[in-house]
Amino acid sequence: MRWINRKPSRAATVVLMTLPFVAVFIAYALGSEARLAVNPQDKLLPAPSAIAETAIRLVTTPDKRSGDILFWRDTFASLQRLGLGVGISALIGLLAGLAIGLLPYVRATFSGFVSVMSMVPPLAILPILFIVFGLGEVSKVALVVIGITPFLIRDLSQRVLEIPQELFVKAQTLGASSLVISLRVALPLVMPRLIQAVRLSLGPAWLFLIASEAIASQDGLGYRIFLVRRYLAMDVILTYVIWITLLAFLLDLALRSLSRKLFPWAGEDGL
Amino acid sequence: MSFVSVTSVSKYYGSRPILEHVNLEVSEGEFISLVGASGCGKSTFLRMLLDQERPTGGSITVDGRPLTGEPSQSRGIVFQRYSVFPHMSVRDNIIAASAFQTTYGWLRGAAKSQARRDADTALERIGLSHVADQYPAALSGGMQQRLAIAQAMAAKPRVLLLDEPFGALDPGTRLSMHAFLSDLRDETGMTVFMVTHDLEEGFKLGDRVLVFDKPRWDPQDPEAFGATITYDFDARDGGIPYQRLTEETHVLEPH
Ligand SMILES: Nc1ncnc2c1ncn2[C@@H]1O[C@H](COP(=O)(O)OP(=O)(O)OP(=O)(O)O)[C@@H](O)[C@H]1O
Ligand SMILES: [Mg+2]
Repeated sequence: MRWINRKPSRAATVVLMTLPFVAVFIAYALGSEARLAVNPQDKLLPAPSAIAETAIRLVTTPDKRSGDILFWRDTFASLQRLGLGVGISALIGLLAGLAIGLLPYVRATFSGFVSVMSMVPPLAILPILFIVFGLGEVSKVALVVIGITPFLIRDLSQRVLEIPQELFVKAQTLGASSLVISLRVALPLVMPRLIQAVRLSLGPAWLFLIASEAIASQDGLGYRIFLVRRYLAMDVILTYVIWITLLAFLLDLALRSLSRKLFPWAGEDGL
Repeated sequence: MSFVSVTSVSKYYGSRPILEHVNLEVSEGEFISLVGASGCGKSTFLRMLLDQERPTGGSITVDGRPLTGEPSQSRGIVFQRYSVFPHMSVRDNIIAASAFQTTYGWLRGAAKSQARRDADTALERIGLSHVADQYPAALSGGMQQRLAIAQAMAAKPRVLLLDEPFGALDPGTRLSMHAFLSDLRDETGMTVFMVTHDLEEGFKLGDRVLVFDKPRWDPQDPEAFGATITYDFDARDGGIPYQRLTEETHVLEPH
């Protein structure tokens, strides 16, 4: 049988899926053990048990000064910024994408502009954001928005253009105005695409968030990681990294099942 | 006075002629079948009747008025594919015909329940009541085309344009679709243009069968000339005109 036709069984799929995770864990554990055998004070690769201990301490022990558990405060602060940034971007992306995709006049005016704007490296204008908006929350949310909105606009306008022309013609023969066509045909048809595009942009969104938190902040997951870097607190950094990865994964999963639930007609390829 | 009148219409894509010198007069209520080789411009002709595209030259009038430059409610269309809205349930696809005419595209209150009742009646008639709440993707090809025709009819167009509506259906389903379409047409008396690749179908359903072909042909450059209507058959009485018995013959009818 050809390899392209050989498929693992269900049980084998689960085993294969966990295999790379286990491999990475074992490699890390071996490396950590080897280093600790040479130098018990080594901070670079703390033992998995040490990381677990740190993790438990981080999520349960309140900070002496503020009385808050910093881990949860950081998580809350970061998620709030991320949610705001991604939410605002999604809204702008949806509205602009619909307008550019549906209206030739808007497309002629803005599609070139958006393509050029999406080439501006967002991190390069971070200093401008700090100068303009100060070091507070606004500039961090703004960086996320600036970072992912051009992609969302371009992706969604493209998706609107990909809607079969027949559907728009059909709507017109049923007497629909431009407004009705955008509300009842284009909008629902691109909604699954919006969720898909947001899922794709979550990676960059985290990148921009952590970058801005690293530079100027009093809390947040990115802030904490860069703060404890000074003490070489690898156990804390790794705990946070694993936590961020888990959060990103769960967000992605949630968006995917939301899309399936809200848009059952979109089918599997609607993702 | 003819209802649809096409006067020396031509259509070019770039410098390439697709249709040239097309003339046609159609009375209200006629069923016109359009046949012709693939790529000769039948769909293009239909798109011009629909006002989705403008002719390069010539003019088209419907009911004495020139076309306005965009599709409207007076002309309904059923495409071969993508004819129904995939994101709406079967029932909502029918309701759309009335809901889309409102400001925001949604019906409320009494109008909503009325539209729902009308839609259910229409679905009953096309035999799709049992799938009213499903999405079109769950329907077979024949069911989707039935839905598409019912949806187009719900907007009460005066002209119905069909682009190979039954092309993808099996022969049995085709026959029942023919009966369905004939019934609808007898009821409403609308004018129908139907593109088909099936001559038998064209003659069976149509009052006239128009053949699109290139009258001139340059073997060096097959694309030098456009197509036009080369034949206009009278398709009544099974395509054999002058067979209508005008006097009492006292011969047993073959039944
Ligand atoms: N938008 C367009 N731009 C350029 N050329 C086009 C366009 N639409 C159609 N054509 C060309 O016009 C010709 C006629 O196309 P059309 O779709 O009308 O043919 P048709 O008779 O409907 O064929 P079929 O039976 O295969 O559906 C084709 O050669 C096609 O390549
Ligand atoms: Mg065609």
